[in-house]
Amino acid sequence: MEPESAAVIVDRLRVVRGGTTAIDDLSLSVAAGSVTGLLGPSGSGKSTLLRAIVGVQRIEAGTVKVLGAEAGSAILRRRVAYVTQAPSVYMDLSVAENLRYFARLLGVPARRTDQAIEAVALGGFSNRIVGSLSGGERTRVSLASALLGDPELLVLDEPTVGLDPLLRRDLWDLFHSLAAAGVTLFVSSHVMDEADRCDELLLLRDGALLASGSPDELRASTGARSLDDVFLRLIEASA
Amino acid sequence: MSVRCTRATALRVLTQLRRDPRTILLIIGVPCLLEVLLKEIFAGTPALFEHVGAPLLGLFPFISMFVVTSVTMLRERTSGTLERLMSMPAGKLDIVGGYAIAFASVAVVQATVVSILAFGVLDLRVAGPRWGVVLLAVANATLGMALGLFVSAFATTEFQAVEFMPAFVFPQLLLCGLFVARSDMADALPLSYAYDALARDAAGGPYGGRFAGDVAVTVGAIVVALTLGAVTLRRRTR
Repeated sequence: MEPESAAVIVDRLRVVRGGTTAIDDLSLSVAAGSVTGLLGPSGSGKSTLLRAIVGVQRIEAGTVKVLGAEAGSAILRRRVAYVTQAPSVYMDLSVAENLRYFARLLGVPARRTDQAIEAVALGGFSNRIVGSLSGGERTRVSLASALLGDPELLVLDEPTVGLDPLLRRDLWDLFHSLAAAGVTLFVSSHVMDEADRCDELLLLRDGALLASGSPDELRASTGARSLDDVFLRLIEASA
Repeated sequence: MSVRCTRATALRVLTQLRRDPRTILLIIGVPCLLEVLLKEIFAGTPALFEHVGAPLLGLFPFISMFVVTSVTMLRERTSGTLERLMSMPAGKLDIVGGYAIAFASVAVVQATVVSILAFGVLDLRVAGPRWGVVLLAVANATLGMALGLFVSAFATTEFQAVEFMPAFVFPQLLLCGLFVARSDMADALPLSYAYDALARDAAGGPYGGRFAGDVAVTVGAIVVALTLGAVTLRRRTR
């Protein structure tokens, strides 16, 4: 992959969390304008990698370049948006109040909040207090907040957990329409049918990259038919 | 620092407070209740009520603002929202500034209501100007707010944040001059100055250099605590 076409370049990254090495000597890149899936069992370092890319994770060694700048630099705070696994929105505010606050911080016009609410199919929920919503609805409020500033890179940590299949399909359609408009999406997941909807996949295990490629490439290289089997074979081969 | 982000944060914090009427009732009601109790226990010795009634107009708000602010700020730190804000174009001073403005305006309401009760209903008499007492009571409450914001950095749970109250507030109460005249003690803690200024105004002076120094140290301590509070907000964590 040409470096110019990469939205994220991670080079020899090492992260230590709580005394143990969460990520060790990891190098990878994420193609610009793609939907790239980050897969791996829980504890494999997915969230830590996403945090390093967003620039909220202290790193031990290596570099993380995002849209040509050092991860976490001030100019990226407008261009990169991040949705954490637990919805990081204010539970005691309404959906609209949450979005209005984030819109003010970003300096985008208030009408953008309605568009973001529509994009995640929360149209009728504007005046509901977030704390009274279901887990999946809260996640979508968090996602809507991330969409507000028209980010160039959208980093999503397990955004579809707890959503019904219909909503999951709608959100993946949204992700692809964003990518078609030039947005880069880096999405962590552990659901294999979602992996099949990604352009590129990165498989992480114990903080190291086990494999990468498109779903079809990975199937061809391992001779497995389902992505589940692909990953089983890769894990067994590495053991 | 951006006016837009600070203002947005202040409005957001005030909206959150509005959603929690019980907290508002506690912030405003508890100091009033304590002031009424004070009047009752000193019913036989009105001179004593005159002596401590006015300084306590500042001390009760100092304590309640400390607790409310440290817990609110801790919630921001632990809920993941602070991490979101830190990955957005919001400055650390914008966030702390927004909190400070929101809670300082609550402190103004709190101190004003308690003062109206004390002067109007409980017949508290002070030698100095009443507006000065109200203003200094607000300063006491704001100091509690600023210290609470800062201290929240050292707590990892809401339980710890509440436990910090006796650890940070009680020594200041013991040393501020309420129980023993301040001239007998070293002036190490910020509340001593805020208390002394208030007590001095209530006693009708003297308003010399000592009073000016008290006010200056109080305002300085508020600024320092808020700045330290902003420094403790980390963009990158482990």
